[in-house]
Amino acid sequence: METVLKATNIVKYFKEPEAFQVLKHVSFEVKKGEFLSVVGKSGSGKSTLLYVLSTLDTDFTGSLEIRGEKLNGWSQNALAAFRNEHLGFVFQFHYLLPEFTALKNVMLPALKLGRYSEEEVEERAMNKLRMMDMQDFALKLSSKLSGGQQQRVAVARALINDPDIIMGDEPTGNLDKTNSQIIFDIFNRLAKENHQTIITVTHDTDFASASDRIIEMQDGQILAK
Amino acid sequence: MNWKLSFGIAITHIATKKKQSIVAMLGVLFGISMFIVMISFMTGVNRFLEDMAMDNTPHIHIYNPLTINEDKIIGQTDSSKNAWYVVHHQRPKNELAKIKNGLLMASLIEKIPEVKGVVPQVSSQVFFNNGPIQIPATISGIDVRKQDELFDLGSKMEEGRLDDLLKGSDDVILGRGLAEKSGVRVGDKVSVTTPEGYNLLLKVVGIFSYGIVTLDDTKSYATLATVQKVLQRDPSYVTDLNVKLYDMQQASAIKARLKAQLPGIYLEDWKEANAAILAGEKIRNIMTGVVSFTLLLVAGFGIYNIMNMNIVNKMKDIAILKATGFQGKDITAIFLLESIIIGLAGGLLGLLFGFAFSYMLSVTPFPAGTFFRINTFPVNFIPVHYVLGVVFGFATTLFAGYFPALKASRVDPVQIIRG
Ligand SMILES: Nc1ncnc2c1ncn2[C@@H]1O[C@H](COP(=O)(O)OP(=O)(O)O)[C@@H](O)[C@H]1O
Ligand SMILES: [Mg+2]
Repeated sequence: METVLKATNIVKYFKEPEAFQVLKHVSFEVKKGEFLSVVGKSGSGKSTLLYVLSTLDTDFTGSLEIRGEKLNGWSQNALAAFRNEHLGFVFQFHYLLPEFTALKNVMLPALKLGRYSEEEVEERAMNKLRMMDMQDFALKLSSKLSGGQQQRVAVARALINDPDIIMGDEPTGNLDKTNSQIIFDIFNRLAKENHQTIITVTHDTDFASASDRIIEMQDGQILAK
Repeated sequence: MNWKLSFGIAITHIATKKKQSIVAMLGVLFGISMFIVMISFMTGVNRFLEDMAMDNTPHIHIYNPLTINEDKIIGQTDSSKNAWYVVHHQRPKNELAKIKNGLLMASLIEKIPEVKGVVPQVSSQVFFNNGPIQIPATISGIDVRKQDELFDLGSKMEEGRLDDLLKGSDDVILGRGLAEKSGVRVGDKVSVTTPEGYNLLLKVVGIFSYGIVTLDDTKSYATLATVQKVLQRDPSYVTDLNVKLYDMQQASAIKARLKAQLPGIYLEDWKEANAAILAGEKIRNIMTGVVSFTLLLVAGFGIYNIMNMNIVNKMKDIAILKATGFQGKDITAIFLLESIIIGLAGGLLGLLFGFAFSYMLSVTPFPAGTFFRINTFPVNFIPVHYVLGVVFGFATTLFAGYFPALKASRVDPVQIIRG
């Protein structure tokens, strides 16, 4: 299997409130179609690492390669376009646009990409919502949904452009066992059937141990397995 | 860039923040409508004063002013004799008011292609006698037909007709105020006394009104021959030539040309004659500019503030949009479009309200006192002002919205998402 993501010697400091090294020479590779879980104690740098991998955080040293492209030094605009097309992201605090319906939230990244017509995008978005069992809430304002429902919509949004890599920062953090299982099954299927790569930070040990591979972080370093 | 998408998001933002959007829009609405009212009224006043002044002002006025010769006549005598001559209080000659060969000059000036016509005139101070009371006034002898053709005197007639002056001799028409002060009506006779003491009985055949009290209280017209007779002058006696041009903007240039050809004759163009009105116009224009600028500035600040606040409240949304692939310019477009939509809506409504206010003003009675005869506020309705209003409103909101939008585009998503 080919490598879809390659991080080499990632080092990141926070300067505020005092100089503090969050990531200490982190290096690893992820293969296409792999379902990877990142675990570790709170404060070990999992979220920080994920933001670096997602190209949102560019303030680090070391090299990041996704789909064989070295992304260091890319402009913010180029990175945004890259994220739009190739990366899906589920944030720790779900973050939907509150003024828009669930459906519209899912549609927006696809409308931005412009690969499909608006009608097709809507249909695809409905399909993704159906996958998450959220079709009945499609036309509800996202601010009117519960935390768990918002998280499921956020997952649907992450899937809308059929990205190569889906990253999640505790995507099941707000969900009960059943719904966590649903998300796990979906991720697993995306990895196995579509060869999409999944990288999730999780506290859920069942979730992690059922995935293909686990990376454990401690004090900004990957623990050797 | 996907404008449709940005537009859709902008509209959603506006619709969900109705109150804020309406407040911002009201700012623009107020600014633009006041701008329209202001400029319509100010240019209306300018036009009113100009029209009024130009009705009665020749484009070029040729006359002989009563000036005292500064070099004493006695100084022109032989000064080598080492003697003293003292002249106290030198007086002007009696003939000074006369333009030499005035009628000939008039016909020559009329041949200049830019000149529409010349009306020779005999003017003098006179007294109209109302019993023992003498009312000071001026009487102008005119070529009635030409005066009407060039200065539209016929349209100023309130009673009688201008042509009635031509029917008999010793006829006169009076300004409305002058007639009232003299206690005469059409058909009455009125006695006129010249400064030289000549006296003549004239028949009032009409009453006119310029709508300017200072003119209507003092002016009277008769034929050239009648006034020459009142003044006991010969038919070549002319004191003023009133020149009308096809294009009044050429007055200065033509005046300069005439001046070179007619040394010793005094010429005055309409700009000099109406310097006070033009100065007032300048002041009003400056005022309009300053107030309009202030209004637009206030409207702009309103939009700027509200958009800034809006963007602070939408930091999370901006971060999300960017994280899911929207670029800086998409974000700029979204928030700029919000400003533009608010600005255009406010601007167009502002035009509507501005028009409505202007219209209401234009039918509101004007408290002109006794100085001007005017019934309602003078207001212009000029499409260019409305176009200007939209353009200014648009430019202001674009400018005011640009900086917040730029700020929005620079939001670093990871800082917000990290929490
Ligand atoms: N913006 C920040 N500024 C300074 N320190 C930060 C910031 N964000 C996180 N940290 C610190 O970096 C470390 C790693 O944080 P994080 O990556 O969120 O850990 P995790 O997701 O594994 O719980 C923590 O000690 C945290 O306090
Ligand atoms: Mg975390």
